[in-house]
Amino acid sequence: MTDVIVAEGLRKEFTVRVRAGRLRREKRRVAAVDGVDLRVARGEMLGYIGPNGAGKSTTLKMLTGVLMPSAGEVRVCGLRPVAERTRLALRIGVVFGQRSQLWWDLPLRDSFALLRHVYRVPADAHAARLRRCRSLLDLDAFLDVPVRQLSLGQRMRGELTAALLHGPEVLFLDEPTIGLDVVSRQAVRGFLAELGRAGDTTLVLTTHDLADIERLCARLVVVDHGRVVHDGSIAELHRRYGSRRLLVADLETAPARPPALPGAPLERVEADGHRLVYALESAGVADVVAALAGLGALRDVSIVEPDIEDVVARLYRREDQGCSITSTAKVPGASAS
Amino acid sequence: MAERPRPGGALAAYRALLGAQARSQAAYRASFVVDVLGNVGSTVFDVLTVLVIFGVTRELGGFTLRETMVIVGLATAAFATADLLVGNIERLPRYVRTGLFDAVLVRPLGTLPQLLLMDLPLRKVSRAVFGLAVLVVALGSAGIDWTPARVALVVVAPLAGVVFFGSVFVATATVSFWWVDSGELANAVTYGGRDFTAYPVTVYGGWFRALFAYGLGFAFVSYHPALALLGRADPLGLPAAVGWAAPAVALVAAALAAAAWRTGVRHYRSTGS
Repeated sequence: MTDVIVAEGLRKEFTVRVRAGRLRREKRRVAAVDGVDLRVARGEMLGYIGPNGAGKSTTLKMLTGVLMPSAGEVRVCGLRPVAERTRLALRIGVVFGQRSQLWWDLPLRDSFALLRHVYRVPADAHAARLRRCRSLLDLDAFLDVPVRQLSLGQRMRGELTAALLHGPEVLFLDEPTIGLDVVSRQAVRGFLAELGRAGDTTLVLTTHDLADIERLCARLVVVDHGRVVHDGSIAELHRRYGSRRLLVADLETAPARPPALPGAPLERVEADGHRLVYALESAGVADVVAALAGLGALRDVSIVEPDIEDVVARLYRREDQGCSITSTAKVPGASAS
Repeated sequence: MAERPRPGGALAAYRALLGAQARSQAAYRASFVVDVLGNVGSTVFDVLTVLVIFGVTRELGGFTLRETMVIVGLATAAFATADLLVGNIERLPRYVRTGLFDAVLVRPLGTLPQLLLMDLPLRKVSRAVFGLAVLVVALGSAGIDWTPARVALVVVAPLAGVVFFGSVFVATATVSFWWVDSGELANAVTYGGRDFTAYPVTVYGGWFRALFAYGLGFAFVSYHPALALLGRADPLGLPAAVGWAAPAVALVAAALAAAAWRTGVRHYRSTGS
């Protein structure tokens, strides 16, 4: 079995009470996660994004055994997360960006030592992993500082280490870069990229910072209102939503008529015909450059990447128009105050 | 790849959690010492209350001061020890709010032992010691006719009391999985139960006695074991053997509390409140 995470028709409903009139309150069933299908292969790095309340954290909680799905099937490392919670816990690592796995009043070093006992890790394997994290995440400067005195960036580096000391097969990260300064953010990203390159840890990451995704994840899953609205590479997302990479060519001599290139429609002409901007659809960069070189000397060629923020913002807005609360059912006889 | 855990490793893990909690509290050394001393206060007050009552009366519900003090000693020792070991579970709503409960759920250990060990209020150790001292003094001055069976009972009864009160703490805290503001109700049962067990049940009447003493089982914490130790017949007419039922009652309470806890955790996971 190569898929380390398999979810089919995953669904989670919550009961919310809404005021209906002066004294009456109505119970409503609201689906936070509404039929998510997901397969993640071993070693894959998956970015899981969506607007606030889209169901990202709820999904992560169902995958880690914290919450029981209302419906649907889940297997992580071949285990049922809730029923086989403790066995699964030994094989996954979890970082909740706004919650801590560390002991507040103890030096960071002590938390790591404790987790060795909690996860029953052999001393040599534990020491080797800790050594690696210490050098990659620069922990040495604050290893003896109580966790409550650490900066957020230092603490997050500690959390990452804590989640990895038992050598998990899957690492779940819920908003790992939230609130971090630029330097810490880059340290965390660099570390996760390194982890991904090693290839034996599967990574599932929720974030609001799309730079995390661009830097780390080949695959992007966008959820909104509890449903998957995109699952594929970032390039596919751009293709689907009409944002394209642009090739900008500066020419020595302006051609009489800009050439039409197959798979690369001309976007616009600037600088009195000296600058041609083509959209890269199906044509490769090399083909376009070769065709343009035939026109005469090229002064400069550059590629402009589309802004993923724009694409995703558009994607969220589009979904917003479609539906509101996905499933609303009145529970009979539920009126109390 | 995750290594297979070594057998028996869970115990070492729990021991490590306990050690961490001890070191965490020692990190605030000065306030810890003040806390330890200050914590005896309320327990001393409970015992003083009984002494004050006997200042105005010679008997309470048909029991002398020396006899009543055995009841007080059993109740105080059991409650204070249970409060030390399990009492902080009443902070469950806080654990849920701060996310500690989620953190505990993604670790390869039981939820209840983790929470208890990670928030063990060691400063309450002074109360437990004081409760035990009251029991020892009361037993010494009550003129008990020691038989092997009574020696066994005097060891088992306080332990059963600890298990019983611990179960009450867990069961009442579990309610907050459904109803976050259930703290007052929980206090009514736990602290009400503590006060109830500090007096002979004969001082209470009617439905109140029936509910607390036998409905909830508080009579088996101190009253009936004390009768058996003192060799007194029950004024309410129950047979003498009832005094030895304390361990059985405690085990039933523990089983019910464990079932309540499991149900509560399941509810939490299905609502995610």
